[in-house]
Amino acid sequence: MQAILAMIRKDLQLFLADRRAVVMGLVAPVAIASFFGSIFSGSPNAERVKIPVAIIDQDRTAVSRGIVEGARGDQYLLVSNPTADEARDAVKKGTLAVAVIIPQGFGDAAGRAFFTGAAKPELNVLYDPSRSTELGLVRGVLTEHIMQSVSAEMFTGDQGRTLVDDTLAAIDAMPMAGQQQAMLRDLLQSARKFYSAPAPAAAAPAAPGATAAAQAPRRGLSMPYAVKEEAVTSGDNVSYNGYAHSFAGMGIQFLLLASIDLGVGILLERQRGLWKRLRSAPISRLSLLAGKAASGSLIALLTLTVSFAFAMIVFGVRIQGSLIGFAAIALATALMASTFGLLVASLGKTPGGTRGIASLSVLLMVMLGGAWVPSFIFPAWLQRLTVVIPARWAVDGFDAMTWRGLGLQAAVLPTLVMLGFAAVFGTLAVARFRWEEA
Amino acid sequence: MLDVRGLRKAYGDLVAVHEISFSLNAGEVVGLLGPNGAGKTTTVSMIAGLVVPDGGQVLIDGSPLAGDTDPKKQRIGLVPQDLALYDELSALSNLQFFGALYRLSPAVLKTAIDRSLTLVGLADRARDRVGTFSGGMKRRLNLAASLLHDPDILLLDEPTVGVDPQSRNAIFSNLETLKAQGKALLYTTHYMEEVERLADRVVIVDHGRVVAADTLDGLQQYAPTGAGRVSLETIFLALTGRTLRD
Repeated sequence: MQAILAMIRKDLQLFLADRRAVVMGLVAPVAIASFFGSIFSGSPNAERVKIPVAIIDQDRTAVSRGIVEGARGDQYLLVSNPTADEARDAVKKGTLAVAVIIPQGFGDAAGRAFFTGAAKPELNVLYDPSRSTELGLVRGVLTEHIMQSVSAEMFTGDQGRTLVDDTLAAIDAMPMAGQQQAMLRDLLQSARKFYSAPAPAAAAPAAPGATAAAQAPRRGLSMPYAVKEEAVTSGDNVSYNGYAHSFAGMGIQFLLLASIDLGVGILLERQRGLWKRLRSAPISRLSLLAGKAASGSLIALLTLTVSFAFAMIVFGVRIQGSLIGFAAIALATALMASTFGLLVASLGKTPGGTRGIASLSVLLMVMLGGAWVPSFIFPAWLQRLTVVIPARWAVDGFDAMTWRGLGLQAAVLPTLVMLGFAAVFGTLAVARFRWEEA
Repeated sequence: MLDVRGLRKAYGDLVAVHEISFSLNAGEVVGLLGPNGAGKTTTVSMIAGLVVPDGGQVLIDGSPLAGDTDPKKQRIGLVPQDLALYDELSALSNLQFFGALYRLSPAVLKTAIDRSLTLVGLADRARDRVGTFSGGMKRRLNLAASLLHDPDILLLDEPTVGVDPQSRNAIFSNLETLKAQGKALLYTTHYMEEVERLADRVVIVDHGRVVAADTLDGLQQYAPTGAGRVSLETIFLALTGRTLRD
């Protein structure tokens, strides 16, 4: 035990001796987690980022103007009106996500299609293929504005009145049964009559000479529901704090990167002949590795503690769940990271080569573990695969104990899984460690 | 005190050490000589417990050395060829760590550190970082770190590599003091004059086998015919040949 304590003390002295490395080891995760947290925090007061969209109105009808006006007032879109060539160039350069060209004749054709199912006009959409997510959002938002504008014009506008009149006049010639023709005629006449009547809210006297259509407010189809959103967090008055997730993810990333230093440090000790001195002392192999694992775990715990303390003080992250559960997950994560470092040392040969391969494996691990981006965006098969990634269990465990506010029970599985990983890493390290020092 | 009996070690088809035997007594310095790749370091590593022999035994006062935690390892001190020190730590911190590996109590360790640092002339630099030391100072501290647990047997693997004549002379003085204290020293080196100055007996190995083992005077029997009294280097070359060993 004395030897193990001596190794822990020595490793802590070595860690603290390089002050620049200490500062970087503690500051880097805090800085990067703060950045990621600010991006993904989801603060209700944060300024909403609008998607830049160009709308080129080549139709210049009431319908197309309605679409443009509707889009301009939308909270998700930032609308500009360049020429078609300028828009294509901007999309190509990546300064514009989507450009929508409303071609000439769109309003009339859309109106006819609206009532009779005639050929639908095409809307020309140019988009940046690297921003297909934004295309999906723009498509959905525009659908609402197009439906509103087309229906409003069809029921209350001059263009719509003409179209309705034309359609009424053409009903007899339409290839449909007499009963259906009568029903369509009734529908169009009733709709025109209904929307031509003054709306209750527009009871003020109309300007002299104004037509009935002009007097009536433009009303079309609108969304037949409202959305009540509720973020499910640890409590009714507790909002989601994205910093909790980012500090967990980045904390684990830097823990694993620090574990590479532990492994490479052992290889450097061997290279410098220090391991000969350790092995010549009457100490068991298990004690030597246990001392290394213990010192690595303590340094990992220190890193985690500093990171989360910063997140709590500066960004208001709270352990909304079980404090004991949080501590258990932190301890298990630290053990997992330090035994991973031992595994790196046991599999590596030269310090330089080992660092490169180990860094790649850590980056893959944290990426697949959801430390950078949420794992739900991965394909289903990859999501299933991530259960064998310890970083994922650590991130999920910390999320559960912080912003999700789950109890001690939710910490049990992540803790056990990471202890299992630690046992596997440690066993492999002992089995594969090169003990002979010739 | 130390008996090496029939030690054998092979790495695949390469037999590094083949049935090497010799002994080392208290108050005696034995020089272990051999060309590069002769098996010197492997032999020292097996005695120190760093390498498990394929055959043979290392006996300390008649008892075989067995396993990593054998208390008899406490009686052996290893001075590695490398400067096995933490440059980032002070000399004192280094010695505190290496002493603790031998389970010395704080009081005993403090005394041992003072004694070792005084012996190697570094008592006034105890709190300085090793990284600031010269090569010679590091070599002396390397020796001091091996003496903390007061071993009876000292294994010195080329302990003067890369040091200036002053530091080398200081190390020789230290070793002579240790010999006078009754320590048994096994000394490997390529410098023949060091062995001529320090060693009571010499073991010359080549291709993993002992080719000669005797006192300096006794080794004269291997001198070329008609050459009269020759240097140790002449005898060494006569026994191991002049072919380059890389």
